[in-house]
Amino acid sequence: MARRITTTRRITVTAAGWLVGFLIFFPILWMVLTSFKTELDAFSTPPQFLFFHWTTENYAIVQTRSDYVHHAMNSIILALGSTLVCLVVGIPAAWSMAFAPTERTRQTLLWMLSTKMMPAVGVLIPIYLLFRDTGLLDTHVGLIFIEFMANLPIVIWMLYTYFKEIPKDILEAARMDGATIGKELVFVLAPMAVPGIASTVLLNIILAWNEAFWTLNLTTVSAAPLTAFIASYSSPEGLFWAKLSAASTLAIAPILVLGWFSQKQLVRGLTFGAVK
Amino acid sequence: MGKIELVGVEKTFGHVGVIKGVDLQVEDGEFVVFVGPSGCGKSTLLRLIAGLEDTTGGRILIDGVDVSDTPPAKRGLSMVFQSYALYPHMSVRSNIGFGLRMAGVPKEERNRKVEAAAAVLNLTAYLDRRPGQLSGGQRQRVAIGRAIVREPKAFLFDEPLSNLDAALRVNMRLEIARLQNSLGTTAIYVTHDQIEAMTLADKIVVLNAGKIEQVGSPLELYDHPANLFVAGFIGSPKMNLVSGAAARKHGAATIGVRPEHVSTSPTIGEWEGVVSVAEHVGSDTFLYVTVPDIGDITVRAVGELALKPGAKVFLTPDISRIHRFDRDGNAVRN
Ligand SMILES: Nc1ncnc2c1ncn2[C@@H]1O[C@H](COP(=O)(O)OP(=O)(O)OP(=O)(O)O)[C@@H](O)[C@H]1O
Ligand SMILES: [Mg+2]
Repeated sequence: MARRITTTRRITVTAAGWLVGFLIFFPILWMVLTSFKTELDAFSTPPQFLFFHWTTENYAIVQTRSDYVHHAMNSIILALGSTLVCLVVGIPAAWSMAFAPTERTRQTLLWMLSTKMMPAVGVLIPIYLLFRDTGLLDTHVGLIFIEFMANLPIVIWMLYTYFKEIPKDILEAARMDGATIGKELVFVLAPMAVPGIASTVLLNIILAWNEAFWTLNLTTVSAAPLTAFIASYSSPEGLFWAKLSAASTLAIAPILVLGWFSQKQLVRGLTFGAVK
Repeated sequence: MGKIELVGVEKTFGHVGVIKGVDLQVEDGEFVVFVGPSGCGKSTLLRLIAGLEDTTGGRILIDGVDVSDTPPAKRGLSMVFQSYALYPHMSVRSNIGFGLRMAGVPKEERNRKVEAAAAVLNLTAYLDRRPGQLSGGQRQRVAIGRAIVREPKAFLFDEPLSNLDAALRVNMRLEIARLQNSLGTTAIYVTHDQIEAMTLADKIVVLNAGKIEQVGSPLELYDHPANLFVAGFIGSPKMNLVSGAAARKHGAATIGVRPEHVSTSPTIGEWEGVVSVAEHVGSDTFLYVTVPDIGDITVRAVGELALKPGAKVFLTPDISRIHRFDRDGNAVRN
């Protein structure tokens, strides 16, 4: 059913598209704007949109009061570390589920996903106690471990979906060519699954970067990532909107840049299984 | 060397028996073709030999060594898949050379061997392309190149030509025959194309429902089918099978006669019938004749035969070429 695309329709649809896009983007825009206001302007009613006294003092204060670089490093270590461990465990797991399934593979997959249905706070106390007793509180290893555990089901599911699309014959051909399972994974499966693995990596980095529950509850200083850095600005002495905004802008900037440059990859990867 | 022996090989998937006790000897250098109806277990048997599936019973020996528990990588066999199964992210050169690379062959030697194989298969101009940039026939040749370059003990083919069009299929069939001949490597070839089976094979293995019905040279199977199944399966158009009174007259429960062994006459013969369809293919004429109490009989006559549908015709089977089968469907040898 082909419909005539008239100019009016084109304009309406375009305008509606921009409006929706703007609405979605608005909170982030508002946060960035607020970060350049004085604390007074940040509170003023009616809110000032553009014509306020622009200042960068919030950024200066945030940098002196708390160490951005330290927290950003922790975020990077956490995001990359947990992603790496997820891949090391997830690729072989997804391989076996996709190419050597048993009668219980489906149930295993569903069970793994079901662990994501429980609210994390349900296991906060036991995890906290375990971490305390094993000395993992506020350590990189502990955080990487918990993020790895939290994201592994999603990583395996995504990789499994991508691997399913790869013809089994090709892996068998590699086996006939004398490849061991390790070589088959490295030389044949991984290169063919690069788009899928890349979007899994990106998604996992974003998830780990933004995860706030465990990072806030299991860290204090030395391993605290950017989420803790933001949270420190909603302090008992009061909410400093402008400084909170500056801190948040700093915290999301790296991931926003990463997301921007990889958006094509991300969209392609996330819709990979859907359009066949 | 590439002598392959199967001893009581069995395979079940869950509770379903797919291969039910297969004994087979494949001699070194022999070209063996597996034929049988769809779903009879041809591919499964080939994959068992390859090691891509584990046997549930019996033993597989290559050159006298039991390889039942050896992974495919260590069996020294090559396989050509129906889907070609080329590595899409590698050039033709790397595709063909992958097996050598896995075996740790140094780069110069690898290149030399790949180039030699490519020359044999007319692929020299395409060595730096990706499989996606090749035609179906070229992909098939890359798959064959990948199989021969490793100098395996045996080639395994699973319907390698079924994705090609008819003309190309004939060419590739000849090419495979020529290659196997000059290399002298054992080959096991799965197909359900009669012509491929008859032309390529030194030995045909007819499979049905996971069991071997008969093993023999193409002409042995054609001239002396061991049972009704083989009689009906080998040959195109199919052998005419007649049972009842007409068969009892020849001292059998069922008799079979090939279309080319039935003669026609306008006036006299054993069976009287009416032509329902006459197909003229130039060199031959195929008549489909309906005979009361017996059924449809196919007749193959050499040259043109001016018979129209509806015409009355008498048929006589050549007594010396009749195949007799007992009540269990096994051939009665005279
Ligand atoms: N992995 C499997 N799990 C369960 N059943 C299987 C599996 N592979 C094959 N089968 C069954 O085994 C039987 C034989 O399959 P196979 O592929 O060997 O047949 P084939 O003779 O090659 O048929 P075709 O000519 O159609 O390729 C079929 O009934 C099939 O359903
Ligand atoms: Mg098959």
